[in-house]
Amino acid sequence: MSSFFPDALLLARFQFAFTVAFHIIFPAFSIGVASYLAVLEGLWLLTKRQVYMDLFKYWVKIFAIAFGMGVVSGLVMSYQFGTNWSVFSDKAGPVVGPLMAYEVLSAFFLEAGFLGVMLFGTTKVGPRLHYVATLAVAIGTFFSAFWILAVNSWMQTPQGFSINEVGQFVPESWLAIIFTPSFPYRLVHMLIAAYLTTALVVGAVGAWHLLRDHDNVGARTMFSMAMWMLVIVGPIQVLAGDAHGLNTLEHQPVKIMAMEGHYESHPDGAPLYLFGLPDQQAGELKYALGIPHLGSLILKHDLNAPMEGLDTVPRELWPPVPVVFWSFRVMVGLGFLMVGLGAWALLSRLFGKLYSQPLLLRTALLMGPAGFIAVVAGWITTEVGRQPYTVYGHLLTADSASPVAAPALAASLIAFVLIYFAVFAAGTFYMLRLMGHAPQTDEPEPSPAVPKRAAGLMPGPAEGPSNLSR
Amino acid sequence: MDLTIVWIGLIGIAILAYVILDGFDLGLAILFPFFRKRQDRDVMMNSVAPVWDGNETWLILGGGALFAAFPLAYAILMPAVYAPVTAMLLGLIFRGVAFEYRWRTERLRVFWETAFTGGSFVAALAQGITLGAILQGVDIDGREYSGGWWDWLTPFSLLTGLSVVVGYSLLGACWLIMKTRGNLQDKAFRLARGYGIGMLLCIFAVSLATVFLEESYYHRWFDFPAILLTSQIPLLTAIAAFALFWALRKRRDYAPFLIALALFGLTFAGLMVSIFPYMVPNRITIWDAAAPHSSQVFMLVGAAVLLPIIIAYTTYSYWVFRGKVDPDAGYH
Repeated sequence: MSSFFPDALLLARFQFAFTVAFHIIFPAFSIGVASYLAVLEGLWLLTKRQVYMDLFKYWVKIFAIAFGMGVVSGLVMSYQFGTNWSVFSDKAGPVVGPLMAYEVLSAFFLEAGFLGVMLFGTTKVGPRLHYVATLAVAIGTFFSAFWILAVNSWMQTPQGFSINEVGQFVPESWLAIIFTPSFPYRLVHMLIAAYLTTALVVGAVGAWHLLRDHDNVGARTMFSMAMWMLVIVGPIQVLAGDAHGLNTLEHQPVKIMAMEGHYESHPDGAPLYLFGLPDQQAGELKYALGIPHLGSLILKHDLNAPMEGLDTVPRELWPPVPVVFWSFRVMVGLGFLMVGLGAWALLSRLFGKLYSQPLLLRTALLMGPAGFIAVVAGWITTEVGRQPYTVYGHLLTADSASPVAAPALAASLIAFVLIYFAVFAAGTFYMLRLMGHAPQTDEPEPSPAVPKRAAGLMPGPAEGPSNLSR
Repeated sequence: MDLTIVWIGLIGIAILAYVILDGFDLGLAILFPFFRKRQDRDVMMNSVAPVWDGNETWLILGGGALFAAFPLAYAILMPAVYAPVTAMLLGLIFRGVAFEYRWRTERLRVFWETAFTGGSFVAALAQGITLGAILQGVDIDGREYSGGWWDWLTPFSLLTGLSVVVGYSLLGACWLIMKTRGNLQDKAFRLARGYGIGMLLCIFAVSLATVFLEESYYHRWFDFPAILLTSQIPLLTAIAAFALFWALRKRRDYAPFLIALALFGLTFAGLMVSIFPYMVPNRITIWDAAAPHSSQVFMLVGAAVLLPIIIAYTTYSYWVFRGKVDPDAGYH
């Protein structure tokens, strides 16, 4: 059994990475859209302007599909801890298990409970109760992010525990476990990422319809709102990301070395490498192109601050540098593009040309999926950068896996890949088709076409498919 | 008070809640092939569409609470039932998205209906197989599972798998009796009779097989004086069975579903007799597997506050949604 165990470990890691990378896309989107829906409905209640309600009804249909995919892919995650990482489950379960149980109790039931009312439409319950439901769903997505990032942050910067005689992590202080040093940074960075992701999608949909018809009121409103979001939140994200980086340098310096490509130490100030090919075997960054001293300036706010490199760390504790190095650059690069798009849109707005510049609209369209890519890249940076540990500094990934044979892992991996691509491609297609319809005045409710699919406070009567097209 | 007992009780409630709640909506999907008409299928799906999402959340709670309160049991059992649990998850993906997708395509409607039925069948079968695989015992070495990845597959686990499919189908048929009228309801009555007989046969077969599976199970059921208590379960099951067929004959709307729920409760009680206080039969007790006291306390605070709220709004949603599904709603 032990002869092929390394393969089993690799397969288990690959399967987990694949299913998480897929899953993270849906919550990233639904956190943002849930808040967007709450804002739209709130604006409608305040101003009674028809366009806000139309946009609400437009996006709530897309939200329903994304939410459904998030639910089923999340169900998979909740059981993979046991199937693929049983030793981790045994050891870390006493700490991370309760946090995840809190997520189910405070978030999942809340979302499932109020989604029905939200999809149910404003005509059937009073607008106030409906707004309570929309807020409840949005708050549910926050609670969910709060707890799952608490779990993740604890795995990155663990504290507040002791280890008992059988090797389990025993909670000593729940406050210390929940509020680990990296948690606030991670939570803020992720929530803003969700907002940016949603803004880019909303902006792309708006741009698509503006390219066809610049007078469409719904398209103008969504494009304008999305661009405001980029302008305001984009720069905040750059600051939040910088702060998170400093926090990581303090608590997980090896991860920073991998992100920066610092195989060697820089006693007189480190460069910022813009490009290079990390060679893990040789332990060097080939064809490195860097700006001298900028790395030290960014990370230590001092041009000549010394930076240690991976040469100070035992080789078996190195994370896979090429993956981390590149995923980090993808995330940062896209982040700056987002800020650039926001600035361009702001300028255009000042000159009164926000809706009429085809190049801006096309760029916004092209940037539609950028948030998803950046979120997945950021996730890869932080998770792969944590290697070779599952619980940083305490439990190695190699010591976390289930005693499951490689063929079982290979078979399930293939099944997951095939089914995820088929099922989620279909869902994406249905969402894109909804996005392909221009938003209309008196946008139809989702109710005539789709069933009320969730347990709600006041679910409506079941209905048939009277107009399937939307 | 022993918190471990409190937690096993709470997890028991979560699992039973899941089995009876998702049981009927999975069972209803398994019955789809018996109904050919488009409109019947619309009504069937709409009768559970408002509640399935909440129902399935109990599965996440059951698994999550097991992970949190009994991490060792979770760590040993999950690799042991790796294949059926994976199959269950994949089945639930298909049937879960079918609720949304079926309404969004005319061309592929039949495909997503098949996914709805097939996914539900696989999920139900896999849940039954998982139960059987755990009941028949798993190999352990230290704190780890040490068996192979096909150990779950035995005639016994296939029998429990089939039994769960039949039991869920009975729940689904009884749910339909409660929620529909006319031809659809007539058919549901016929299906409920057939699956009612099927479920009794399954209960009988699984009980017999379980008792002779392990010597310890036999003693738990038949040693004096325990038998005075344990014999109540088959007795009550027999009474419930008579009541079920009586209610079906009298064409009662609500009684069949409630009695079917009672039958599930009784089989669950029977299961408890066989394995309590073990979590891994004859190897790991609930106290061996329990998480440290600090974990149990922390979670109990949340459960005590949040579970009553959850139960309140879930109950209310079922209450609001009571009564028959109107097949004409939506065609206006």
